[in-house]
Amino acid sequence: MADGDGKTGLKDKIKETNEKLWGSQVVEAILRPGSPFKKGYSDSPRNRSYVVMNNVLYHLHPVKVKRHGVKLSYTLCLGGLSFFLFILLTITGIFLMFYYTPSAEAAYTDIQALSTNVAFGTLVRNLHRWGAHLMVLSVFLHMSRVFYHGAYKPPREFNWVIGVLLLFLTLFLSFSGYLLPWDQLALWAVTVGTNMAGFIPVVGGQVKFALLGSLEVSGATLLRFYVLHVLAFPFILVLFLAVHFWRVRKDGGISGPL
Amino acid sequence: MTEIPESLLRRSAEAKAKALGVPVEQVLAEMKGEGPPIEVPASDEGAVSPLSDEPSPGASAGQADAASADAADEQVEEAVSPRSEEQAEEAVSPRSEEQAEEAVSPRSEEQAEEAVPPAAVATIVEDEQPLAEVDGSGNDKLAAVVSPRPSVPPAGTPEGVRTARLLTVVKARAIQTVKAEPTDKVNTWPHLMLMEFGALLAITGLLVIMSVIIFSPLLDPANVNSTPNPSKAPWYFLGLQELLSYFDPQIAGVTVPTITGIIGFMMIPFVDKNPSTRPSDRKFAILLYSMFMVGAGTLTLIGVLFRGRGFNFTYPWKDGIFFDDLKDWVDFE
Ligand code: HEM
Repeated sequence: MADGDGKTGLKDKIKETNEKLWGSQVVEAILRPGSPFKKGYSDSPRNRSYVVMNNVLYHLHPVKVKRHGVKLSYTLCLGGLSFFLFILLTITGIFLMFYYTPSAEAAYTDIQALSTNVAFGTLVRNLHRWGAHLMVLSVFLHMSRVFYHGAYKPPREFNWVIGVLLLFLTLFLSFSGYLLPWDQLALWAVTVGTNMAGFIPVVGGQVKFALLGSLEVSGATLLRFYVLHVLAFPFILVLFLAVHFWRVRKDGGISGPL
Repeated sequence: MTEIPESLLRRSAEAKAKALGVPVEQVLAEMKGEGPPIEVPASDEGAVSPLSDEPSPGASAGQADAASADAADEQVEEAVSPRSEEQAEEAVSPRSEEQAEEAVSPRSEEQAEEAVPPAAVATIVEDEQPLAEVDGSGNDKLAAVVSPRPSVPPAGTPEGVRTARLLTVVKARAIQTVKAEPTDKVNTWPHLMLMEFGALLAITGLLVIMSVIIFSPLLDPANVNSTPNPSKAPWYFLGLQELLSYFDPQIAGVTVPTITGIIGFMMIPFVDKNPSTRPSDRKFAILLYSMFMVGAGTLTLIGVLFRGRGFNFTYPWKDGIFFDDLKDWVDFE
């Protein structure tokens, strides 16, 4: 601008606009003090604390963590990965719900149509399916990591108990989703699975009936599993996750070095 | 003239009564100026604050008021400030954690609130001050001191000057003794969060690659009248299905998953009483869990790879793999 060069003028303009934008009231309102995206953020121990403390993140993370807890080799981030996979599954699952009808007549063709007619339909379905398998795996590995570290010892006993519930919820989530494509694989895997429930002494028959909504796997079962899969199990899982994360912090953060 | 609410009087009377070991009614009467002054036992029992015997209440009471209000403010401040929160976070031992919890409990806040001038009650946060020495019966005892004066302003107090008298001295042990254990800590941002972000990218990458190269199975439409051979449960239940084929279903279908799975696993922390987390001290626990892992893994693998038609044993290299989850990927038959 100063020397009449068009390029510099544009640069200045961009810079100016940028400054205006990041200094604007809207951005100021969104970002709390200490946000690294805020104008004039500088790296200092105080600001590093603020990034967490003045942020919704404070619900999940303390300002400081034990040094050994940061090492990848300690937690392998498995709990975090389980959680992240759960989030990915929620996102892809919502997408799938747009195209899916939980009825014995429509379910199968919906899945077929999803694979052929919907942009990225196959990819999203694959993401959801493999993500679910990975989550079962990572929750299981997370549990093993916790066991091998003895991280369930006082004061963390109760969080282990919550964890076991989370493991079973994860399995149930995966299992209930397994039926939804309503193909031969789904139908018979769930038949085998629910037959196992039928072997429970005394109440086995009732449990099986409650699960299936009928004597054999049927359209009623499909609807039931659908509701459990998209609503009931995720809801309960989130409740227990909240307690789980809260307890991790209240029990003194991640367990000590070995 | 400000009246001291009955409830406050009562509370400090209770505290004092506890400290002195006399009935509450007696203290209460004395505080209202209706009863005789209580004989304070020698220094080994009750706590006597030098403040309560302040000779000239007029001027210094004002000071004490200001000072104590400040102190009370500080207490509130501290009780809710992020700093003490952080301390609480850092407090590793359950005991100090609990103390920290106390620091933010409504009770201490309430106390502080009561200390603001209108009620003319002063609460002083006492650190390692003379009181601790006077209170010979132990540091952890709440020392409450009530001056034997009734709540009338001393003669000659100018109009508009608030006077206060010392009603309670609270030794703020809960707040003051929270000491962070020296631990080696780093900032969550950036150290932990960058790690997490890396892990997040890695798993997303892995998942996307998997989803691009492996397709989800979609077999023929569900048909109740045609049972596929073999019918397999999802892989995470295949170990169970495998057990089911060895044992009576009453055992494998119920006892094994319920006992070992739900109850057994939940009970691990309560059964394993060994306090050590060092692997060398926990050989037996580690052995047991590893056996479980290997066992479950083996059963699952057998179920996935070595079970063919009629759930009979097959060799995957002879008859192929009967695992429809990966139908698109594994070349069948
Ligand atoms: C949906 C499933 C689960 C999620 C999302 C989850 C998440 C987490 C996260 C993020 C942590 C922090 C440390 C880390 O990343 O390792 C954690 C810690 C912990 N988890 Fe889980 N978890 C799940 C299931 C389980 C299961 C199945 C168990 C055990 C049966 C368990 C027991 C524990 C315990 C005891 C801790 C504290 C570990 C320590 O302090 O070192 N969790 N969990």
